[in-house]
Amino acid sequence: MKKIKVGLGTCGISAGGKLVFDKFKEELYSKNLDYQLCETGCMGMCYEEVLVELELDNESFLYSKVTVDKVGRIISEHLQNNHPIDDWLVKSKGVSRQDDFLNKQTRVVLRNCGIIDPSSIDEYISENGYEAIKKVLSSYSPQKVIDEVTKSGLRGRGGGGFPTGLKWKLAHNEISDTKYIICNADEGDPGAFMDRSVLEGDPHSVLEGMMIAAYAIGASEGFIYARAEYPLAIKRLRTALSQCMAKGLLGKNILGSDFSLNIKIKEGAGAFVCGEETALMSSIEGKRGVPKLRPPFPTQKGLWGKPTTINNVETYANIPWIILNGYEKFASMGTEKSKGSKVFALAGKIKRTGLVEVPMGITINEIVYDVGGGIKKDKKFKAVQIGGPSGGCIPASMGELKIDYEEITRTGAIMGSGGLIVIDETTCMVDFAKFFLNFTQKESCGKCTFCRIGTKRMLEILERITEGNGKQGDLELLEDLALKVKCSSLCGLGQTAPNPVLTTLKYFRDEYETHIFQKKCPAHSCSSLVTYRIIDELCKGCTLCIKSCPSGAVTGRKKEVHKINYDLCIKCGKCYDACRLGAIEKI
Amino acid sequence: MPQEADLFTRSESQDILNFKIDLLSRHHKSDSLIPLLQSAQDSYGYIPEKIIYYISELVGIPPAEIYGVITFYAQFRLKPLGKNIIKICQGTACHVNGSKNVLSALQDELGISIGETTEEGIFSLESVACLGCCSLAPVMMINNETFGNLTSEKIKLTLRKFRT
Ligand SMILES: Cc1cc2nc3c(=O)[nH]c(=O)nc-3n(C[C@H](O)[C@H](O)[C@H](O)COP(=O)(O)O)c2cc1C
Ligand code: FES
Repeated sequence: MKKIKVGLGTCGISAGGKLVFDKFKEELYSKNLDYQLCETGCMGMCYEEVLVELELDNESFLYSKVTVDKVGRIISEHLQNNHPIDDWLVKSKGVSRQDDFLNKQTRVVLRNCGIIDPSSIDEYISENGYEAIKKVLSSYSPQKVIDEVTKSGLRGRGGGGFPTGLKWKLAHNEISDTKYIICNADEGDPGAFMDRSVLEGDPHSVLEGMMIAAYAIGASEGFIYARAEYPLAIKRLRTALSQCMAKGLLGKNILGSDFSLNIKIKEGAGAFVCGEETALMSSIEGKRGVPKLRPPFPTQKGLWGKPTTINNVETYANIPWIILNGYEKFASMGTEKSKGSKVFALAGKIKRTGLVEVPMGITINEIVYDVGGGIKKDKKFKAVQIGGPSGGCIPASMGELKIDYEEITRTGAIMGSGGLIVIDETTCMVDFAKFFLNFTQKESCGKCTFCRIGTKRMLEILERITEGNGKQGDLELLEDLALKVKCSSLCGLGQTAPNPVLTTLKYFRDEYETHIFQKKCPAHSCSSLVTYRIIDELCKGCTLCIKSCPSGAVTGRKKEVHKINYDLCIKCGKCYDACRLGAIEKI
Repeated sequence: MPQEADLFTRSESQDILNFKIDLLSRHHKSDSLIPLLQSAQDSYGYIPEKIIYYISELVGIPPAEIYGVITFYAQFRLKPLGKNIIKICQGTACHVNGSKNVLSALQDELGISIGETTEEGIFSLESVACLGCCSLAPVMMINNETFGNLTSEKIKLTLRKFRT
């Protein structure tokens, strides 16, 4: 069968994938060509969207940056005359422009993403889909499933890294007439999209993982708590659920066994703290998403007081693979205590932004330079931010650090759920810490005093530092508050909220001090601390900056060097952006 | 408590009926609260006060508590919105790629700040944390369409399309 696949994850659609898809449809129809045109999920190379793969007689050709205008030529030259257009190809037998991006990756979780049509259960089945649940139901006891998962060394991918097998064992051992299973698809880290891509690209793998987990612990009802901002993921999940019902893979007596399971989708309503497991359960119950004190742990008393296991999307997607390939194969990847692979959403100032899956134990430098292709515009690599608002910044000087739960925790950051933001010299670390704290401060549910008010006070200090009003003693005060917020908050939100501040203080303290004592921002990013200056030799007097200035601070005649009146300048930077000659500098 | 018939027009009570069916099929009443609020917001674009009273009767939760739930979650609105909803991403990747400048350009262009609606009711401006297309940062979404790699220029052009 000759196939044309268009990558239609949220990333592909945003880049215009739907238009490309429709154009193919129209052209194939009008030229009367017989190809199967289908959708697929995110192929990972978000920086090359829109991606189109042609599968012709067992050969694959991947075209990147396809636009509506290019469709006609691809059809006439490649499909009709068998002349692949090399300049537009990223990957085929003869060409590969992205060797490192792909070679350093291992695809376990993303095994089907960008390969199968996520709306087709048959395509999932043709890739060994639902073989794992069949194997489990026909020949594994719940105990054996738990043993396999335990021996694989899989740890929760939602951030905490709790051993999955142990969690299941605890829930399995509880005696109760009702148990629940939950998939945490709330993905609240602002700058992470791993779970979304998995749900959009391969929803069945997550459902299959949930089925196996439910069988292991003895649950017959499950919930997927999905972030409301992910409409496409929810739509694909709904389709997948009804296909499973129709095929007898969900519902009563699955595949003729005495195992029954129903799964429902719950849409979140926009609160970061609801990613925390106890808050999430309150939210499912219809209440404000406020965390509870643990113990009792959810495995003892979870949803409606019943034993509940909650796992992350990526954790579940690993399960069918482990069952089918054996725990040994999974455990052979990674480091001593962190097994398998991890999906990262690579973003920020990096050349190749996208979704990558790398074996545990890979170094940060390998991710940034080999997989990510280095820093945009060849600027200087400054740090990576890992773990989102609960995580921290690891400086470029520690680039040889291995990706491993313990190693990362030792730096003061956390593995987190997989957001990896690369930053260059133009990002101010104080401002960056402020950005995260501003986020957690707003998202604090307000239950614990230190998390509610302590973060606010910390934010005020950071604000005055970036505005040039920092004073002696501010850093010590920040550290003191940070430690108090950490130790007097009930849930992970407050316990980790100070991490971005603490790690930047640890590795970039001089940057804070320059703000406070010299009233300068070394990255030229904090607007109050920047001064704009016109470089006389470069200014050609084009008046663009004069036109852009909202306060009338730039003056001068056409073809004469312009001047900035500092009494009027409000430091908005519009002149800097407007100048096409680079004649305005920040000092 | 006002009667149902006083509160709603005919077509409105039809919408409400749909919630009710959904509600009856559940064994835990309280867990229908958020889905009910979500479908109310889908029908009206916001959550009118009268709906709060109505839902309160259905699920047996006091209106004050429902109000607490509404204000807890960022998704719910108590006021109607403009014709086009602009969601500007303030996630990490967008922040690093200059979303601050994009936001100020947007605010200048519209004359409103985050959380407000323009006078003629054409645009409402909201901020979100990550739209999930970080590779296109900085990003905004208008209604359900995403616009990436934004610059001040691009914002002007895009808004013009929606004004007409
Ligand atoms: C503030 C906060 C937010 C969280 N957000 C998420 C999230 O978005 N997704 C997720 O899977 N886990 C999140 N977690 C972790 C969950 O509480 C829980 O540990 C996880 O879902 C367990 O699944 P796992 O063992 O498979 O990792 C969050 C925790 C905290 C404290
Ligand atoms: S941070 Fe803006 S889309 Fe992710």
